[in-house]
Amino acid sequence: MSAVLRDQVLAELRERISSIEGEGVKRAGFLPFGVPEIDAVLPGGGLAHGALHEFAGGGSGTVDGAAAALMAAGIAARTKGRVAWCLTRPDLFMPALAQVGLHPDRIVFVEGDREEDVLASMEECISYGGLGAVVGELVRLPMVASRRLQLAAERTGTIAIAVRRWRRQTEANDFGQPTASTTRWRVSVLPSEELPVPGLGRARWLLELMRSRAGECAEFEIGACDDKGCIHLSSRSGNRSDTSGRSRNTA
Amino acid sequence: MPAAKAQAIFRDLMMIDADHVADAAALERIALWALTVYSPIVAVDGPDGLVLDTEGADHLQGGEETMLTGIANRFRSKGLTAKVAIADTWGAAHACARAIQRETVVVPRGETFRAVERLPIHLLRLPDKNIDDLRTLGFQTVGELGNTARAPLALRFGPEIGRRLDQMLGRASEPIEPIRAPEWIEVSRAFAEPIGAAETINKYVGRLVIQLVAELQRQGLGVRRTDLIVDKVDGSRQAIRAGTAKPARDVAWLTKLFRDRTEKIEPGFGIEKLTLVAVMSQPLDEEQRSSTLIDEETSDITPLIDVLGNRGQRVYRLAPVASDVPERSVQRIAAAAEPSGEIWNHQWRRPVRLLDRPDRITAIALMPDYPPRSITWRGRRHNVARADGPERIFGEWWKRDSELEAVRDYYVIENDVGERFWIFRSGDGVDPETGDHQWFMHGIFA
Repeated sequence: MSAVLRDQVLAELRERISSIEGEGVKRAGFLPFGVPEIDAVLPGGGLAHGALHEFAGGGSGTVDGAAAALMAAGIAARTKGRVAWCLTRPDLFMPALAQVGLHPDRIVFVEGDREEDVLASMEECISYGGLGAVVGELVRLPMVASRRLQLAAERTGTIAIAVRRWRRQTEANDFGQPTASTTRWRVSVLPSEELPVPGLGRARWLLELMRSRAGECAEFEIGACDDKGCIHLSSRSGNRSDTSGRSRNTA
Repeated sequence: MPAAKAQAIFRDLMMIDADHVADAAALERIALWALTVYSPIVAVDGPDGLVLDTEGADHLQGGEETMLTGIANRFRSKGLTAKVAIADTWGAAHACARAIQRETVVVPRGETFRAVERLPIHLLRLPDKNIDDLRTLGFQTVGELGNTARAPLALRFGPEIGRRLDQMLGRASEPIEPIRAPEWIEVSRAFAEPIGAAETINKYVGRLVIQLVAELQRQGLGVRRTDLIVDKVDGSRQAIRAGTAKPARDVAWLTKLFRDRTEKIEPGFGIEKLTLVAVMSQPLDEEQRSSTLIDEETSDITPLIDVLGNRGQRVYRLAPVASDVPERSVQRIAAAAEPSGEIWNHQWRRPVRLLDRPDRITAIALMPDYPPRSITWRGRRHNVARADGPERIFGEWWKRDSELEAVRDYYVIENDVGERFWIFRSGDGVDPETGDHQWFMHGIFA
């Protein structure tokens, strides 16, 4: 078979696959982080619209989920339209979310009594279609549930974010279980930036991309979200694009 | 108590004749009000009570407990004292509401007998003569009566005692005949053959919604509360209530609200009649929309709020309150409220998670205004590597007198691995009047 013919067949197959995958997709697109190093790693150059993204904390962040929630808030702040936040434990402090650019008028909280309610509310919000981002705080995210969320997001083009938050630090190895989400991230706290005077500088996080559909894993040291929800690459150390040395924060 | 005796005890006692007709009319007005607010099935219960079937409607008020306190508070604000009880059956709720000393009581599911066994028998809704005769026989409480053999009682007093006991304990059904107001828009459909399949119910609910919307359109109204009342073959009745955050007259929207919950209908032996009632409606004007060529973003999320709210989820927004005390600076507002544009303007960073009550910690610190060197929280010791503070927050003396002198000094601290916490010391570290110098954990930063 000649090389030209083979290329043609491959191109045809690719086209057919993408037409199957893209069935019913309303709006595809990407939300870039605005950091070239991170965007280069992600296929499409940013977080995909119409996809489920998972964020978890590392270390004690597995229980409080503070950094993961703030990261999700920063992403939601950079989308357009209203944001729905589904949860069972209402301990978010709204002024902190407002400080990363998420205006309180934009965000609607949906509080349920059980985990299943959060999944159902998330799916309902995602399929509604008019929202910019839908965030859910979840302990367990089984394969079937995550696939339902992913499919619903693909239909409407809404960014779905699952903030994983466990009851105990030992339960967090659940994060190794496979889910249907497009990307999975772990956000762990790092000592904040040095200041020339006593005090706390900008908070820094270790952002690990643990899974990315059709992409490579990577990790970055970043500065926390600013008042527009943007992160930046921390100046002190460069981007480490390997996945070997991340056992430090494994729960 | 005879009137003469009462007058002998209190001087200048005012005597007013009881007006039974006016009382009954007032009670009916209260019943109609309760029907629009609390439950689709409301009836007048005796000369002094109301009975509501709140099954499937309490979530709109935030659950049973909240609903009961809400009812009691509403009556108290009008200067009336109301006793409110929730139980599995009409009979049990009737007895409990009249027996309790407190304002509200919730009898848990399946505990009806335990709740009523100590109650006196005059709460059984029996004729006075029967009660007197039973007392002569030595019966005092419902429990004693319930544990007695039925046959001799029935021989002597007829079937009434057994019937009332069964109704109280849920062994016999007692449907509530709801009151209706003439001005409500109501559409119904009776079936020649009882229906039961979910698809059939859905189909007819859809048709009823279309009829209702046509009628609403004619009158220029939109619904806020809609009831679907299901009459079953065995004489029992079930109601599903759907509330909307704004007046609605949209077929798809209303149909979705009911279709979401048709699985909650228990058809039993079959349904013979479906009725859809617009219990609470408000004027809704037609509005003109211009068509556009571009695909517009849908920004109105009221239908979504309604769907989630009718499923029993709490849907709300958070809005700023002008207060420096962190736990008072946030309030919940309705999700469909108009955007206010207000925002907190803090100079300092705020934690992502706020503990719902501050957690006591032990700290080693140099008084008065240095951050701690190390703290112990929940049995774990954190060395403080960096810290910022203090941010002093004063008590709000205009809210509580005891806060006149109170002070909290907040610090942001960071431990060796980078975990950041928000801690405070009560008191300014010098003057014991301002606080007892205890340290507390209050929040976690990202």
